This record gives sequence, structure tokens and C-alpha cells, in this order.
Amino acid sequence: MELTELVIKSLVILVVFVATLVIAMYSTWAERKVAAFIQDRSGPNRAGWGGLLQPLADAGKMFFKEDFIPAQANKWLFIAGPGLAMLTAMMASAVIPFGDTFRFDGTDVALQGVETNIGILYVFGVVALGVYGIMIGGWASNNKFSLLGAIRAASQNISYEIAMGLSIIAILMLSGSLSLREIVNQQHGGNWNVFYQPLGFIIFLVCAFAECNRTPFDLPECETELVGGYHTEYGSMKLGFYLFAEYINIFVSSAIISTLYFGGYNYPGMDWVYAQLTGAFGTTAGHNIAALTGTAVLFAKALFFIFFFMWVRWTLPRFRYDQLMNLGWKKLIPLAIVNILITGTAVLYLKPWLTALLQ
Amino acid sequence: MQLTNRSKQVSNKEMTFTERIYLPAIVQGLSITLKHFFSKKVTIQYPEVKRYLGPVFRGRHVLKRDEEGRERCTACGLCAVACPAEAISMIAEERTKEEKHLYREEKYAAVYEINMLRCIFCGLCEEACPKQAIYLRHDEFIPVFTERDQVVWGKDLLVENSNNPYKREAWTKEEAREQDLRKTKGEITAVEPRAFP
Repeated sequence: MELTELVIKSLVILVVFVATLVIAMYSTWAERKVAAFIQDRSGPNRAGWGGLLQPLADAGKMFFKEDFIPAQANKWLFIAGPGLAMLTAMMASAVIPFGDTFRFDGTDVALQGVETNIGILYVFGVVALGVYGIMIGGWASNNKFSLLGAIRAASQNISYEIAMGLSIIAILMLSGSLSLREIVNQQHGGNWNVFYQPLGFIIFLVCAFAECNRTPFDLPECETELVGGYHTEYGSMKLGFYLFAEYINIFVSSAIISTLYFGGYNYPGMDWVYAQLTGAFGTTAGHNIAALTGTAVLFAKALFFIFFFMWVRWTLPRFRYDQLMNLGWKKLIPLAIVNILITGTAVLYLKPWLTALLQ
Repeated sequence: MQLTNRSKQVSNKEMTFTERIYLPAIVQGLSITLKHFFSKKVTIQYPEVKRYLGPVFRGRHVLKRDEEGRERCTACGLCAVACPAEAISMIAEERTKEEKHLYREEKYAAVYEINMLRCIFCGLCEEACPKQAIYLRHDEFIPVFTERDQVVWGKDLLVENSNNPYKREAWTKEEAREQDLRKTKGEITAVEPRAFP
């Protein structure tokens, strides 16, 4: 029993890992396609059907380019930077519940890398670590523009993490749990958090854009001011790692947004589908199929948010740096605190009153 | 002075609350980009589909043959004289009795060369020719050179292929589009002479 559980768990981790990488890989293709479509072009369409082999061609190009390290750079940190960015980006997907349990031989195995009761704290910790990859890479390049980009990235991430954390607190007040699976299960039956926390959702979304260094907050790689930002001196696959880490971050952010605010693997009419499937295929197979349907729904939600990230990127111009800081410190943080107060009042007074009214 | 009535007076007034939170403007922008996302793409898929260049486009040179398949050129040299870039050179020769089916006039061009790096595609050779022998095709470009010996084109590349004579069938945009469509469908299969083997 122990062994089968271990095997299934390893398989789940492997699948999560591979799915994250493949989605990140095809995000690069999707980014170019979305950009092209928004600009009335048709995008990459020569490599494979609809340009679907483009990511492979890009990766091949990256691998065969010269792996250049500047003479004055700190060699070890220069290599460690992109590695760290990639590592932290990959780590965050470990705690996301990708689906309900998978039943095999009478045991239920959760479709999740690691089941922890502090999932959301873990995500925050890993995301906070992510800035080290950029910071170390920017500093080790021994280039003014890289360093400025790295400093921008660090200050931006620190500023927006506060607002992000405060917007999450409101969610935690509603759920009373730090476990992502618990938060998802509480949203069962169309009870999505976005209906209770619209303000918190908007704050979280804006902060997610800033944390991923995406337009309109992509000041760390602002090419008009900083040449290339923190990856000015990078080339070859090390640059590829930085760009890839950004897309993994986007996928993880999208999955977290879907998990926290849009019910994760829950969808309307879930119980009815579950009853139909277990009726048709038996308890074990039906349960597994229902779980996989939930996973597909979660991925669909995440993919929509990835599209949203790209959509916004090709719509909005970049913020000025002082506008960015003003938005973060003077608007989002006070709004997040107000949101906490409103949520607290509602939980304390409105909820008992409503439950009494309903009874 | 006002040239158009589209100019706007710049104002530095304080932004209102709805303007300051940006969100309505962002939603507006997103709707505009979404509209473009689903709109028709303007890209022309170049090697497969070609833009119609117009009936009087001056492209690749062709030395025409007459109705019986004989070369029209009589090597008078008027094109070479007319050429402002001095791209054309030729060597004339007298036609023998056995060559009557090959050349229309008693004198013909044994060598006819155009230097494609010199040519400016002005079409003056076309105008100068008294025998209607040289034309600039409206439907084909000169391909890219990669070697020096590809630059000077001789008669092997210039003389019209008798199996696939150059005709200007499409005179309007619509006719040209139809012709392109028939080419992609495979209804027109005649292959143009290839510039470089």
C-alpha cells in the first residue's frame, strides 16, 4: 500500500513538473501569437502546423549560441542567477492542488505535489525567493544597467508583496485555513471567493502582474531606459532560463489566482457530473474521471489567466517608476487594509445576522 | 491657423477619481485590443501568395519569340543605346539558311547579356525596341544573387520559354487575384524558366 502511494505520488509530481514546463514552453509561442493577433498580424506559422514547433526551434537556437561570461563578472553568481530564478519558479507549483483525489487500489492520493497545511505561506516564501535570482544575476553581471534593473526588480517585488499579502489575509479570514486544498474545498458549489472578495481579487491580480515583472510593471527589463535590464549581459540558455522562469511564474500565478479566487478545480454542476460518472463507470473509475475533469477545468482557468496576462501586456504601456511606487504604496496597500476591515466587519456582524436570517 | 478640426486643447486639470484608478480606461483598452484579436489579418503569406503588382510593373526581362517560335531580336543595339545604366551588351551574327526557323530576321543576337546589378528597371529598352523583342515582365522579379557569376544574365535565362510564353493576361487586380488562385489550385501548371539551377 505504501509503495503504490509512493509511485502515484511520484507520478503526480512528475506530471505536474512536466505540465508546468510544457505550458511555460508553449506560453512563449502563445505570447507571440497573441501579440501578432492583437496587432493584426498572423505570428509564427512556419515551424510546424501553426508554428507549433517554434518553441523547440527557439530552444535549439538558445542552446547552440555561445555561452558568454563577461570578463569582469562574478562567474559563479553569474551562473547561479538564472539557475536560482528557474528553481524558485518551479518550486512554487509544488503545493497547488491540481485536482481532487486519485483513487487507486482503495487508496486516495491527492493530485498535488505536496499536501501542506501552510500552502499559501510556502507559495509566498518561494515567490519572495524568486527575486534573488534576478538580484544575483543583475549584480554579478558587473554592469550598471543590470544592477539598476535588479534593484528595480527587488524594490518592486518587496513593495507589491505587502499589498499581495494583505489582500490574501482577507481570504484567510474567510476560510480560516492556510491550506490551499482547504481553501479550494470551501469554494465548492459555485461559492467562489471572487464574489466575496472582488476588491481583494483586483489587488491580488495587479500585484501578481508586478511580481511576475510583466507589463505594465516590467520596469526591471525596461529596454528604453536600461538596455535589457537585469539580463543585459546574458545570452545563450542562461538568458533562456530567465525568460523561461518568467513564463513559469506566469503559469504559477495564474494557477494560484484560479485556486484562490475562482474555485480551483471546482465547477458549477460538479456534484451532478460526479454522480453521473460514478453511476456509469463505477466508484473507482468514475471518481478518477471526475477528478481529471476537475483538473482540466483548473487548467482551463489557468490558461485563461495566462491569456489575460498576455492580453494586458499588449494593451497597456509601461508605468513610470514613481507611478509604480505610488500605486503600490499609496493606493494598493491602503485599499488592501480597507478590504481587511470590511471583511472583518462582515465576518463578525453580517455573517451571524445572515445565518440567523436564513434560519 | 487651423488645418484640421481634429486638434485638441491640452488641459492640465486634476484627474477625477475614475481616471485616477485607471481601471475604466484599462477595460476600454482591453476591449479595443480584443476587437483587433478577432479582426481580419493583413499579412500576405509571401512565397505562397503574392501581392498583385499592377499591369505595368517592370520586373524580370524577357526576349520574346514570334508566333512561329522564332526569336524576334535582330541585334540592332537600340536597347543598349537607350539603356541609361549601360547594362545591355550583345554580339550580332548573320543568320544561315539552316537557322531560318530559329531567328526571324537575317541578323540575330548570338550573345545577349544584361548585367542585373547595373539594370535599373526603367523600361527604356522596352520602349526603344523596334521589333517588340524585349519586355519587362509584370509578374516576376529578378531573384536574389548569392554569387558574382549569377549577376550577368545571358540568353539562356532571357529568351522566352516557347512552352510557356509570357502573356499579360491579368490586367486588373481582380483578374490577377483569380490567376493567383488558379496557380495555388494547380490549374496553371506551366513552370517559369528557373533563373538558377
